[in-house]
Amino acid sequence: MLIRGDFIKLLFCYVEKYGIIKYTKVEVIMDLIRLKNVEKKYKNGVTAIYDLNLAIEKGSFTFVIGGSGSGKSTLIKMLYREEKPTKGQIIVGGLDVAKLRNSKVYKLRRKLGIVFQDYRLLPKLTVYENVAFAMEVIGATKEATRKNVLRALEEVGLKNKVHNYPDQLSGGEQQRVAIARAIVNNPKLLLCDEPTGNLDPERSMEIMKVLEDINKTRGTTIIMATHDKEIVNRMKKQVVTLKDGHLVNFKKKGTYVDENI
Amino acid sequence: MKIFRMLGRSIRDAFKSVIRNFSLSLASISCITITLIIVAIAIMASFNVQNFTKEIEKDLTIVVFMDNDATEEDINQMKQLLDTKKNIAKYTFESKNAVRKDMMEENDVFNSVMKDWENDENPLRDTFKIKVNNVDNMGKTADALKKMEKVDTVQYGEGMVERLVNAFSSIEKVAYGVVIALVIVTIFLIINTIKLTIFSRKREIGIMRLVGASNFAIKVPFIIEGMILGFFGAIIPVVLITYGYLAFYNHFEGHLFTQLIELIQPEPFIYQASLIVIIIGIIVGMIGSAGAVRKYLKV
Repeated sequence: MLIRGDFIKLLFCYVEKYGIIKYTKVEVIMDLIRLKNVEKKYKNGVTAIYDLNLAIEKGSFTFVIGGSGSGKSTLIKMLYREEKPTKGQIIVGGLDVAKLRNSKVYKLRRKLGIVFQDYRLLPKLTVYENVAFAMEVIGATKEATRKNVLRALEEVGLKNKVHNYPDQLSGGEQQRVAIARAIVNNPKLLLCDEPTGNLDPERSMEIMKVLEDINKTRGTTIIMATHDKEIVNRMKKQVVTLKDGHLVNFKKKGTYVDENI
Repeated sequence: MKIFRMLGRSIRDAFKSVIRNFSLSLASISCITITLIIVAIAIMASFNVQNFTKEIEKDLTIVVFMDNDATEEDINQMKQLLDTKKNIAKYTFESKNAVRKDMMEENDVFNSVMKDWENDENPLRDTFKIKVNNVDNMGKTADALKKMEKVDTVQYGEGMVERLVNAFSSIEKVAYGVVIALVIVTIFLIINTIKLTIFSRKREIGIMRLVGASNFAIKVPFIIEGMILGFFGAIIPVVLITYGYLAFYNHFEGHLFTQLIELIQPEPFIYQASLIVIIIGIIVGMIGSAGAVRKYLKV
């Protein structure tokens, strides 16, 4: 029931040249992310996630909600391989994340962008340089960097602040720089770990508008962990609800339901 | 193309980091300088000892005197035996007649006494002069030769040779030990200094990992930084050994204490030694920084 869009096609291919009929089994994966029986137990004995099964489609916008200690941060961390699951399988964009070696993590990270609550910008670099940094370190050319950076900054509405330093910007603006950095390499997936946690409701809604635009115009799949009731109820997006490490709800157009938390 | 772009960026970052953390860089450079000076001295000493040992070994000879009544057949048999021995590099044979002629040429008194000796009444001995391959086993070879038929006495400067060879090989071993120990200490010092410079860039490394820089791309600037520090650390030792050795060589006029101990000619030697010191400095800096950055590349 949970794993949708996952089906097997049998293709009949008649190969005229050799006059034989070939049956090819083709598995068509529509999901960007699939988790199978994932369990995460930390070294101190705390189990953060119990037996989680989840599939998230390409191009969707998903909230991960739950109280403190519900495992939503752990789930996000496992998706970008900051943490490894103790059991089970995680597939992100065709990569088996659980089996990914430390030295190959960069292959996964190039497929996704990550936004944090604390922005994580480099204070000595300007807005432009901060965003360009993400392209420079993977060896992009200057022209490509310039083009992509300006486009990303335009999308988040900061084109007029390219030469400012992070400490000259408001919290909401800094977070938008972080979002620009996350999308500058055209990732398929954007992970957000409480991106509005430090912002007032008004700024939060600005951020949400930016994220929604990215989801629509770029087709980027977005997964966002949050405990902001207001946002979840307003956006009417897919919602994954976690409680004490268990998946309690997965709704297409979900809202924040108190009794589940 | 991509690799050159990344390399250019790495070199730029490395130089930036050296300048930005100038006091720390200076600290590691002086650490490397001090150790490399000692390493350089140890290298020059061990090379000289090696050279001297080789020179002495070249001069070492086993002299075998045959019995007085040894016939030509005995001599030929001996020659065949010597050909089969592994440790014998080459030998020269002098018949007792040849020895007699040599001695007559050398001295007038000998000349008058030996003039009338016929072959049968010549009391001198047929002589083999033997060079060996391995001086350490010279004693054994001499003993083996002594046991052969018709051999009267074997001389090779027993005792003296062995003590000399032993002394030199232990000096050499100590010098190598000092060099290795110093290199290890320097590596640890560099690991610690570069760890400090990396600590200030911890955040940057974290973000680099998040946005998909490969471990290799993150490591390279730090490794280059270590190489730069190693290279700068090697400059003073190189200058010191170049001029120091020249002055030393000229002061002793090529010989240390006695005419016996000959120093290596400075001309190509100082350049070789400088090259070795620079390479050690660069490698040590590289290993040190690679070790320091490793910790930050785990998830």
